[in-house]
Amino acid sequence: MAKNDIMLDLHDIHKSFFIGTPNEFEVLHGVNFSVHEGEFVSIVGQSGSGKSTLMNIIGALDRPTSGEYTLDGVDIEKAKDHELSILRNKKIGFVFQTYNLIARTNAIKNVELPMMYAGVPRGERTERAKLLLEQVGMTHRMMHNPDELSGGQKQRVAIARAMANDPAIILADEPTGALDSATGRLIMDIFHKLHEEQGKTIVLITHSPELSQETERIITLRDGDIKGESVGNWAKIKEELAC
Amino acid sequence: MLITENILLALAGLKSNIMRSLLTMLGIIIGIASVIAIMTVGNSITVMVNTQMQEMGANNLTVGVSAKSTSEESTTSGLHFGAGNRREMDTEDYLTDEMLDSFLQEYGDNIKYTLLSSSVGSGTAMDGDLYAYVNITGYNEDYMDYTDLTLLAGRSFIEKDYENAQKVCIVSDYFVNNMFDGDTSAALGSSIEVNVSGKYYTYYIVGVYEYENDSYSSSSTEDTTTDLYIPYDTARAQLHTENDGYESITLVTTIDTDSEAFADTVENYFNVKYYSNNEDYEVTVTSMASMIESMTTMISTIELALAIIAGISLVVGGIGVMNIMLVSITERTKEIGTRKALGATNGSIRLQFITESVVICIMGGFIGIILGIVLGAVAATYMGYSASVSVVAIVVAVAFSMGIGVFFGYYPANKAAKLNPIDALRYE
Ligand SMILES: Nc1ncnc2c1ncn2[C@@H]1O[C@H](COP(=O)(O)OP(=O)(O)OP(=O)(O)O)[C@@H](O)[C@H]1O
Ligand SMILES: [Mg+2]
Repeated sequence: MAKNDIMLDLHDIHKSFFIGTPNEFEVLHGVNFSVHEGEFVSIVGQSGSGKSTLMNIIGALDRPTSGEYTLDGVDIEKAKDHELSILRNKKIGFVFQTYNLIARTNAIKNVELPMMYAGVPRGERTERAKLLLEQVGMTHRMMHNPDELSGGQKQRVAIARAMANDPAIILADEPTGALDSATGRLIMDIFHKLHEEQGKTIVLITHSPELSQETERIITLRDGDIKGESVGNWAKIKEELAC
Repeated sequence: MLITENILLALAGLKSNIMRSLLTMLGIIIGIASVIAIMTVGNSITVMVNTQMQEMGANNLTVGVSAKSTSEESTTSGLHFGAGNRREMDTEDYLTDEMLDSFLQEYGDNIKYTLLSSSVGSGTAMDGDLYAYVNITGYNEDYMDYTDLTLLAGRSFIEKDYENAQKVCIVSDYFVNNMFDGDTSAALGSSIEVNVSGKYYTYYIVGVYEYENDSYSSSSTEDTTTDLYIPYDTARAQLHTENDGYESITLVTTIDTDSEAFADTVENYFNVKYYSNNEDYEVTVTSMASMIESMTTMISTIELALAIIAGISLVVGGIGVMNIMLVSITERTKEIGTRKALGATNGSIRLQFITESVVICIMGGFIGIILGIVLGAVAATYMGYSASVSVVAIVVAVAFSMGIGVFFGYYPANKAAKLNPIDALRYE
């Protein structure tokens, strides 16, 4: 496979936290893995295994203590804070378990936000925000503030927001964790659609073994180390769901 | 573009918690309101004093004899220190007709009027039960021209009145109301007797002028004292000071004369020519223009001092804003984290919070300006001045509240900007 096909590449990533006392607490002990462009990968593991910590490093929200990390050809180690902001803005779309919509700001404005930081003119970004909200089936709730939306609706708005600047990769940390299974299904379908129709690279963190089976590749994390990789079988699940 | 978004965001934030916003702004509101109120009152007084003095004549020069200041003793005109060493002012020291004539010979072109007046005193005109209070002053011909009385009946003084020191007078319609029951024709030609602290003076009424009740002395009761005009020479004769010369003269310069510069010329002329040998006294010339100027400066200085004291409350208000900004940033830590995850740079976060603080301060400033104008206007009116708002004060107030917003908003905004994205996102 050609080098530029690799969307993200982590090599020997360590992450420690300083917890008051001089002794530091290492959460990731040398993680190696890469994700190819257009892949749909899930990361599973017990609570506290370091999934979110890894995700934050992938999302350029946090820097590893040591190790090399390249995202879409950019060496994260060498990037300045300012450059990381631009990277997060243009290349990464975050979907959080807790939605993290901006309060007192309606759905369309929330979706516009990443475009605003990217300097997209007002008219253009409103147009695109409408389009994105339509794709997640939220056209009818466009003008509502987050406190007037259900959890599933909020998450759909959050996905539309993650797509705002057409990012290279979508990072979702337990996006269905706070939703019932039917709503979770709806959200997962949106991810599948983005993956299949738009060829988006997606990294999904989940507790649920069933959901992870829907992805192409499953990475299992245990106590800060990758303990295995397996292949999912979305094709079969899709058939079962169709029945 | 980001600015507009940020302003809208800040306004939405303010609206979402009106009570808290108002309390935050309160310090700014009070500070700006008091500064504006003080400036409004000060400005009203300045405008009033200016017009009043302007009315008195901006082209007026007062030529007066005053004590010479020597190096050892500092002396201001009229006040004598170390009087023991100094001779009392004598008629010898006065300005004489000769001096005046020779001066006018030389500088007549610059002089429109030479005003001479001599006060006989305040007294009561009596006729049986009827009485009226008057202020008797003799005026020369120039002065009468300059005063330009509105005559309701009769005539002004004529050449002969001055030359022969005729005992004629011009009284107010007010006076006629009191003494002649408003019958002007009865008043003209009548003689009146005025008691000035025990001395009786008799005059024939030749004219009646319209008394202008100036708006500043409010009460127009029965007992109002009006001016009774007599010829200058009559007053001098009655006071037995015909040949005394003048302690003070008022000159009205022509429009094209720069009265302030001309004041020096006049002072020089008299002092060099007539007072160089006088050891104790000299001529001092004060121009009304310079008096207006020093008066205005004095008022503005007081006003500024008061405004600065009031301005201290603005600083307190600013600290209040800073405090609430810090609280708001802590409350919104997660939002800041989310914004950073979505690509906000430190700069755009900083801008967002500085804008918020500036919006709070400007809003407070506007409310304060309105409140201040109202307060100032009420106070000025109550004190008897017509209120005039200081535009400069408003501009300064807006700029100042903006400055406070930036100054006190910077620290919290910077704190928000520097938050580590992941720490902010994880904040509970
Ligand atoms: N900022 C931090 N300071 C100290 N310890 C931290 C910090 N962030 C994470 N940890 C620790 O790192 C470990 C991994 O946390 P992480 O959030 O990555 O787990 P996770 O796999 O996402 O768990 P979950 O499935 O419950 O979300 C935990 O033991 C946590 O206490
Ligand atoms: Mg987690």
